[in-house]
Amino acid sequence: MAKTTAAKGRYWKAHLKCVGVLLSIWFVTSFGCGILLRDWLDQSFPSVGSAPFGFWMAQQGSIISFVLILIGYAFWMARIEDNLEHDEEDSK
Amino acid sequence: MSQDHWNFLFIGLSFALYIGIAVKQRAGSTSEYYTAGGGVSPFANGMATAADWMSAATFISMAGSLAIGGYDGSRFLMGWTGGFVLLTVLMVPFLRKFGKATVPDFVGDRYYSKAARFVAVICAIFICLTYIMGQMNGVGIVFSQLFGVTTTTGVIVGATIVFFYAGLGGMKGITYTQVAQYCVMAFAYTIPAIFIAIALTNNFIPQLGFIGEFTDGEKAVPFLEKLNTINTDLGFAKYTDGSLSKIDMFCITAALMCGTAGLPHVIVRFFTVKNVKAVRKSACWTLTFIAVIYLTAPTIGAFSRVNLITNLNDQTYKETPQWFKDFENTGQMAWVDKNEDGKIQYWGKGKSKSGKSGNVFEEKKPTFKDDAKGASGERVLTNVIDSDSPNELWFGNDVMVMANPHMGGLPKWAIALLMAGCIAAALSTAAGLLLVLSTSISHDLMKKIINPDLTDKQEVKYARFAALGALLVAVYFGINPPSSFVAKTVAFAFGLAASSFFPTLLMGIFSRRMNKEGAIAGMVAGIGFTMSYIIYFQFLGGTKEQHFFGISPEGIGFLGMLINFTVAALVAAFTPPPPKEVTDLIDNVRFPGGDDTAASDH
Repeated sequence: MAKTTAAKGRYWKAHLKCVGVLLSIWFVTSFGCGILLRDWLDQSFPSVGSAPFGFWMAQQGSIISFVLILIGYAFWMARIEDNLEHDEEDSK
Repeated sequence: MSQDHWNFLFIGLSFALYIGIAVKQRAGSTSEYYTAGGGVSPFANGMATAADWMSAATFISMAGSLAIGGYDGSRFLMGWTGGFVLLTVLMVPFLRKFGKATVPDFVGDRYYSKAARFVAVICAIFICLTYIMGQMNGVGIVFSQLFGVTTTTGVIVGATIVFFYAGLGGMKGITYTQVAQYCVMAFAYTIPAIFIAIALTNNFIPQLGFIGEFTDGEKAVPFLEKLNTINTDLGFAKYTDGSLSKIDMFCITAALMCGTAGLPHVIVRFFTVKNVKAVRKSACWTLTFIAVIYLTAPTIGAFSRVNLITNLNDQTYKETPQWFKDFENTGQMAWVDKNEDGKIQYWGKGKSKSGKSGNVFEEKKPTFKDDAKGASGERVLTNVIDSDSPNELWFGNDVMVMANPHMGGLPKWAIALLMAGCIAAALSTAAGLLLVLSTSISHDLMKKIINPDLTDKQEVKYARFAALGALLVAVYFGINPPSSFVAKTVAFAFGLAASSFFPTLLMGIFSRRMNKEGAIAGMVAGIGFTMSYIIYFQFLGGTKEQHFFGISPEGIGFLGMLINFTVAALVAAFTPPPPKEVTDLIDNVRFPGGDDTAASDH
C-alpha cells in the first residue's frame, strides 16, 4: 500500500476541503440560523407551516441538515478515496 | 389487565431479552470485551451507538426541558445532534484508523508520554462518572414511578442489572443488547407522540402536527400560536421566544457539541466496525436513528405542555386526574394553595409582583411533611414558600414525558412501553459508560501504566472489578445527585469532555507540531478551569451575577476548550517538536486503508 508523498498530499488537501465545506454548512444551519440570526429569520423569512423560520431551524431544520451533511460526507469521502486509487495507478 | 400488570409484563420481557442477549454474546477475550472483536456491521453499530448515546436525560428530561423552556430547549436538540457531525468528520475515522482500543491509548501514543496517558485516563473516568450519575438517577426515577419504591431502591435495582450484563458481556454483549434497546426506545418514544398528535392536531405525523393546526378547540388555529397564547395568558414568555441570552445559548450549544465529540464512550463504539469506510456509513445510520427521536422530542414537549395546562390549570385539586396525585406521591409534582381557593394556578413570571420569578418555593425541590394533608387533601410542603410569585404548581422536567401518555389518555400498554423505553435508555448508556470506565482502569491504568505484565485474562478480571467499583460510586451519586435535573448533571459531563478530550484529540490529529508538553498543559488548564467554575457555582454558592460574560456553568466547557487550545499552542511553541515516530504516526492516521482489524495488539 505504498502511496507517493504527492498523492498523499493531494488526498489530505481534498479531505480538508471536504471537512471545511461541510463544517461551514454545519455552522450556518445550527449556530447561524438557530441562534445568531434567529430573530431576524423569524421576522423576515417565510414561516415553515406555522413555525417561525429561525425557531423551526433550531428545533427541526438543523437536525435534518446534520443527517444530510453526514450522508454527503460518506459519499464525498468515498469519491476522494477512489481518486486516490487512480492517482496511484498514474504514478506507477 | 391493570397498569401494574402491563408494566411488569413489558419490563420483565425487555429485561429477559437484554440478559438473554448478554449471556449469548458474552465476551471471551479482551478484544471482544473492549471492541466486540471489530466485526460489527455499520447498521447494527449505528443502532447500538444511538442507544448508547441517547441517555436517560435525553429520553426522560429533554422533552420536559423543551416544554418548560420552549425555544431555550433547542440548545439540547442542536447540541447533542450537531456534536455528532463534529465527531464523525473530525474524530472517529482517524481514531479508528489508529486502531487501539481506548481513547487514552491514542493520547498516550500520540503524545508519547505516560503523563499524558494518565491525565487522559483521569479525564475519561471523571467524564464517565459524572455522566453515569445522571443515568442512575434516571433509572431510580423510573423505578420509583413504576413500583412505588423510593428512588434509592430504584437506583440499586437498576445498578445490579447494568452490572450483570455490562460486566459480563463486555462490548460484544452490550452492542447487541443496545440494538434491542434502541428498538424499544424508538417505539416507546414515538407511539405516544403519534397518539397525542392525532388528538391535538388531527395529524398522525407529530412533526407536521407541530407546525400545523391545533384542532382540539372550537376552531382550528396554528398550533404554535395557540401555545404562545396559552403561555402569555399565564404570564410566561412566548413558547417560540427564549429567555436565555444569545451568548449563553451559543456557549451551551457549543459546549454540548464539542463535548459530544469528546465523549469516550461514543468514540469507542466506532472501534467495533471493520474499517474507516464502515465508520462513515455507521455514523450516517447512527445520526439517522438519533434524529428519529430528536425530531420527535420538540413535538412531545409542545404537545405535553398544552395537555398539562388544560388538564391542571384552574382545576380544583379534588377534580384533578389520578395521575397528578400519583406524581405528587412520588414527589415529582407538588402544589401549594397560595390563594386558598382550592384551585391549581400554574402561572409564570409575568404574574408575580416583582415580575422576576415564577417559583413556587425557594428551594430547588419540594420536601414534604410526611403524611400530612392540606385543606384539599394535597401533600403539605415544608419548603420556604415564595410569596412574591402566585405560581402554585411545581413539577420536575422528568414528569413531562412520564405523564404524557396519562395526559393524552393513552392505552395501558403504551404507558408500559414508555416505561420500558425509559429504562432501556438509562441502561444502554450506563452500560456503555461502565465499559469505558472499566477499560480505562484495567487497560489504561493497570496494564499500560502500573503493571505491563498483566495477562489477557487478568486484565478482563480487573475490568470487571473496576466496573463494580465505578458502579458503587455512581449509585451513591445517583441517589444524591449534585444537581436537581438529570439533564443538568449530564450537561456537566459534556462541559468536561469539551474542555479536555475534544481539543486534545483534535490537535493530535490535525497538528503535526503539537507536542506532549502543550497537550498536557492544555488538558490540565482546560479541565481545571471548567471544573472549578462548575464546582464554584454548584456547590460553593456562587450567584448568577458572578458569571463570566453571563455564561452559565452549563456552557462554560466552551470557554474551557478555548483555554485548552490557547494554553496548548503557547506551551508547544516554546518546547521542542514531537519526535519523528509521532509525526509518522500522524501521517499514518490521516491516511485511509491498511489494516482492517481493530485492536490487534493488546
